[in-house]
Amino acid sequence: MLRLPRLRYLRPATAGEAAASLSKLGSRAMFVAGGTDLFPNLKRRQFEPDTLVQVPPLKGVRRVDGHFEIGATVTLAEAAADPGLRAALPGFAEAAGLVSSPPLRNAGTVGGNLCVDTRCNYYNMTYEWRKSIGFCLKKDGDICLVAPSSPRCWAVSSSDTAPAAMVLGASVVLVGPDGERELPVAELYRDDGIEYLAKQPHEVVTAIRLPAPEGLLTAYVKLRRRGSIDFPLAGAAVALTLDGPIVTGCRIALAAVASHPLEVPEAGAFLAGKRLTDETISAAAELAAKPARPLDNADLTHFWRKKMVRVIVERAIRQAATPSTT
Amino acid sequence: MRSELDRPVQRELTRLRVNGEDLELYLPVHKTLLEVLREDLKLTGTKHGCELGECGTCTVLVDGEPQLSCLLLPLQAEGRELTTVEGLAEGAAPHPLQVAFAELGAAQCGYCTPGILLAAKALLVRDPRPSRDGIKEALAGNLCRCTGYVKIIEAVELAAERMS
Repeated sequence: MLRLPRLRYLRPATAGEAAASLSKLGSRAMFVAGGTDLFPNLKRRQFEPDTLVQVPPLKGVRRVDGHFEIGATVTLAEAAADPGLRAALPGFAEAAGLVSSPPLRNAGTVGGNLCVDTRCNYYNMTYEWRKSIGFCLKKDGDICLVAPSSPRCWAVSSSDTAPAAMVLGASVVLVGPDGERELPVAELYRDDGIEYLAKQPHEVVTAIRLPAPEGLLTAYVKLRRRGSIDFPLAGAAVALTLDGPIVTGCRIALAAVASHPLEVPEAGAFLAGKRLTDETISAAAELAAKPARPLDNADLTHFWRKKMVRVIVERAIRQAATPSTT
Repeated sequence: MRSELDRPVQRELTRLRVNGEDLELYLPVHKTLLEVLREDLKLTGTKHGCELGECGTCTVLVDGEPQLSCLLLPLQAEGRELTTVEGLAEGAAPHPLQVAFAELGAAQCGYCTPGILLAAKALLVRDPRPSRDGIKEALAGNLCRCTGYVKIIEAVELAAERMS
């Protein structure tokens, strides 16, 4: 049986108190919201805090001045079903609705998915398994088992909502012991499998702000083995504006092809000023796939995953543009 | 890692409402709802599967929505209405879903059945006449290794038909 380790569980009333608790306890403590990412990882002893600090309820999807503000503990199911979000930002709503499986979306939160731990075949294993094969750099060991000569950890960013938020130019609200600040989602991540978040560990995500200008077309396409549950093997988020048939703006970001959600500005810039045709879409997808660097540390082969990036980017562009091009 | 066994166990008075019954339990905070249901409340209808959120056999209803009891702490479930498979029947009368599952052979080894019954119940409350795709989507988090799902889907359809 896989049981959780003995823990203290704190339930602060406000985000500020939660941040203060974590600031005081340091690396002994971690935040928990839905627990769908953290609890399996704790059961496998991928983290060893002795205290969990519950993120207080931060609910509600609100539309304010041309953007959506989603409370960090809004569940993925709630975000995916929100009629306003689905209408204005289907890409983000779809990304939330494609995370994992229905019962996990009923518990997992939007804030949690943005901060979801990076994953690797050598890391998301029980303590006993990891011990038997030799511990890896990310936990308890000193080499990366995927790229042994590399000085860094190559665990994969596995958030579906992060790239969908990035292409919108979204930001997160962070509350620390000394107050609040807003950080673009694009700056929330670092290119490192271990220290993958750029926020301070004691800063709690309290909300995400998603700009939703009129006429923005969005889509998210996810690749995974089983459509019903898996983490992404790759994902493509697109946000597009059109003036008639001409693309006036395009942002594309990828999930699960690096240790952070990867925006590919070259591909978006290539499409700007052009018509969407089979040729331009295919060329943009080709550009988008170039920097994707899947490694042999997730499901299926990395060669196939790399090839499929082009395919899902094409699909995402077409899906985003569908209402206007057909 | 073994030093965790030296840590004291934090216990808290936890108020749970399970199958309509209000309970006050003095529980270790790190014990999952699945463990509490099975080990403390002897409600063994909720099954132990992967314990990592992948299989869905430990599904319970939290305020009517399916969630995984292996990834839920009792403190997180305070103030919520919990339903396990034991809460499905009305007295001695099994729920129409249970009848349909038995009649159509939708349970083979039966290990996934409690979770699937609950996920299906939540679906039928939300959508009394679901489409086949709607049923598949609602049961997407529950793995069955015996039936190939066809009989399960047919049983949900039969129950939906009888209930409406």
